[in-house]
Amino acid sequence: MEYVIEMLNIRKEFNGFVANDNITLQLKKGEIHALLGENGAGKSTLMNVLFGLYQPEAGEIRVKGKPVKISDPNIANDLGIGMVHQHFMLVDTFTVTENIILGREITTAGSIDIKKAEKQVREISERYGLSVDPQAKISDISVGMQQRVEILKTLYRGAEILIFDEPTAVLTPQEIKELIQIMKTLIKEGKSIILITHKLKEIMEVSDRCTVIRKGKGIGTVTVSETNPNELASLMVGREVVFKTEKKEATPKEDVLEITDLTVKDTRGVSAVNGLNLSVKAGEIVGIAGIDGNGQSEFIEAITGLRKAESGSVKLNGKELINQTPRKITESGVGHIPQDRHKHGLVLNFPIGENMVLQTYNKRPFSKNGILNFKEIYKKAKSLISEYDVRTPSEYTLARALSGGNQQKAIIGREVDRNPDLLIAAQPTRGLDVGAIEFIHKRLIEQRDNGKAVLLVSFELDEIMNVSDRIAVIYEGKIVAIVNPKETTEQELGLLMAGSNRKEAGEHSNV
Amino acid sequence: MSKRFKSLLTPIIAVLLGIIVGTIIMVVSGYNPVTAFTALWNGSFGDIYYIGEVVRQFTPYILAGLAVAFAFRVGLFNIGVEGQFLVGWLAAVWVGVAFDLPRIIHLPLAVLAAMVAGALWAFIPGLLKARFRVHEVIVTIMMNYVALHVSNYIIKNIITDNKDKTDLVKESATLRSDWLQSITDYSRLHWGIVIAIIGCFVMWFLLERTTRGFELRSVGFNQHAAHYAGMNVNKNIILSMVIAGGFAGLAGAMEGLGTFGYATVKGGFTGVGFDGIAVALLGGNTSLGVFFSAILFGALKVGALNMPLEAGVPNELVDIIIALIVFFVASSYIIRVFLDRISKKEVK
Repeated sequence: MEYVIEMLNIRKEFNGFVANDNITLQLKKGEIHALLGENGAGKSTLMNVLFGLYQPEAGEIRVKGKPVKISDPNIANDLGIGMVHQHFMLVDTFTVTENIILGREITTAGSIDIKKAEKQVREISERYGLSVDPQAKISDISVGMQQRVEILKTLYRGAEILIFDEPTAVLTPQEIKELIQIMKTLIKEGKSIILITHKLKEIMEVSDRCTVIRKGKGIGTVTVSETNPNELASLMVGREVVFKTEKKEATPKEDVLEITDLTVKDTRGVSAVNGLNLSVKAGEIVGIAGIDGNGQSEFIEAITGLRKAESGSVKLNGKELINQTPRKITESGVGHIPQDRHKHGLVLNFPIGENMVLQTYNKRPFSKNGILNFKEIYKKAKSLISEYDVRTPSEYTLARALSGGNQQKAIIGREVDRNPDLLIAAQPTRGLDVGAIEFIHKRLIEQRDNGKAVLLVSFELDEIMNVSDRIAVIYEGKIVAIVNPKETTEQELGLLMAGSNRKEAGEHSNV
Repeated sequence: MSKRFKSLLTPIIAVLLGIIVGTIIMVVSGYNPVTAFTALWNGSFGDIYYIGEVVRQFTPYILAGLAVAFAFRVGLFNIGVEGQFLVGWLAAVWVGVAFDLPRIIHLPLAVLAAMVAGALWAFIPGLLKARFRVHEVIVTIMMNYVALHVSNYIIKNIITDNKDKTDLVKESATLRSDWLQSITDYSRLHWGIVIAIIGCFVMWFLLERTTRGFELRSVGFNQHAAHYAGMNVNKNIILSMVIAGGFAGLAGAMEGLGTFGYATVKGGFTGVGFDGIAVALLGGNTSLGVFFSAILFGALKVGALNMPLEAGVPNELVDIIIALIVFFVASSYIIRVFLDRISKKEVK
């Protein structure tokens, strides 16, 4: 079978740092080829080489057997290579069609022929089963739809080879299913796909072959039907990875967190949390399972003081904390790993060391009489960095320069180190590779074993099932069921998350 | 090329580009650029008198620059320095003429009054921003006009009896010094420069070394993270405006207690507050940067006065050169891209 893209022995250096070392990736026509690697392994660098953003120091790129030199993205476009970026490149106030034709406008006598463009967009959309409304405004459509617009954009430009960069990171489980269907349709229509991901499950489900890179080096290419997730994971990380996180039975004690009738409004003023009741005991991990948009964010923001609650009660160790300031809540013994690490978790323009004392800068020994003691701050940072395996050139490096996984480890180090009675972890492993996920899960369980309460919010059912001792299902701002992870199935959870009641769900899962 | 070196090189290149384009303009309009720039140099550093005048000129520039830079570091754009400067000037002079006190009390009291007046003037936009998210740019611009006309009214109707100018501040409240004047060939150099240098130090220390500064910088970079970490974002927004206004008020005291020794009814803005924006921009919003860029602006402003005399160049041209420098600084992005290109080639 012929290869549509061949990247042979690619090498790319940045000021002496080798980001890609002798990597070979060959894409067959009509296949979905996964590119697997840890955060910072060099996946993006390799794809940027293919997309013409970087020039390789060594190696050769061939398109349909012919050696090519891709010196800028326009050439990549002309060669039929299209990229669906992880962070969408769309103009919010434009319609779908306007976004798609941007830069390739069809004009009649100098004015844009939007009717014709819309017709073309609709045709492509129908052909690939994307069902996108060409007249919809970007700001009005869901994230999943926006991603389809990105796909349409590359197809409109005549892409034969589509690169998907972490496409499922932002999607709900339902949208992921639909995306997989779309990818299969694309293949049927003769396209070829490179899928960048570190989600092993997706690789197993959709891809034909998988190229693994580790620390910039090409490890090899495997045929997916002949491998299993464990093998892929150990190829990627370079050691055995434990999927089923090892943990002892929980020994729950007294209630640490008690929430009664909590009501919270979202930014638009609509009730997002409607009379939520939940308790978390010392020595247990409670996982909140639910589809994105069922009030999880507002719930977490309200109990951590970031958002005003309308009514209800949030008690920590019997003390009322509702609508207290974040500082008061933090100091009462709550640690919070926020959902959005860039927005809330870190000051990206601060050195990683200063981020480590973001809540404790005003305490001794980090300051005295209002004067900061940088020696103590950086001493603390240094010890946290080594204890939590944060890979950074130094504690003076800006947080911005760290990879997502290392930023997250830094936040977890900071939050766990304060030894809070209640640790709230919102999507703690989002966008991280299996090695980092394993590390974070271990830390959460460690906190539990030390007799602390842990509240975990995640959209990843695997994570919820693996780590939690009790699962609380959230639906339309209420906890609709509490289940034992050992006695439930993904199907049952899925149905509960979609709003079926307990009995129905149980019947379905038994079928 | 290191980042530090680049951020140092950018303003220098901006200044050079301003001078080059200024040269072209002078050649085109028929003036000799060599004589003109020699006159500019002589008029700013050619004589001890001029040096004294340059120092006198850049003293308020430093403080006005700090007023912009400090707010900027907390993520606010303080366009209201001019107004805060005017109320500071008025307050200093008012205290200076109204009381009879020993110098050790009177002078600090007058300086303090200027600082408090500027701070109060900036407190209003800070409060509106924190409470109601009213954009500080709009409020501070409008507060400039209010400051101008209110201080004119007070000078005319309250401090004096329908005069355009107040009396000189009392001897016990003046920053002027016979000694400083005598060593600089009777320039208007005064002790304010000491206050300006202390101001630079205070800004650096406050922002970089204190827990309060840690909060202010956090709010400046990422309000959400600051809120998450338990800092009071609104309080820090107000505080940053108040401190910035304090610096601007001090700049007013430099004029009221030092350079002039009185306050006058003004037909329009002095421009010091607006020049402060350029000073802060050129100085990269750091206290040391503000110090040096204030020197440059002061020298250009004073040296310009010599250009018509010695080289026959209209001093409007100097205003154009200053404008060009600011233009190139504002478009420093272009210079930075250019520097990045060069350093990339070096690596290859």
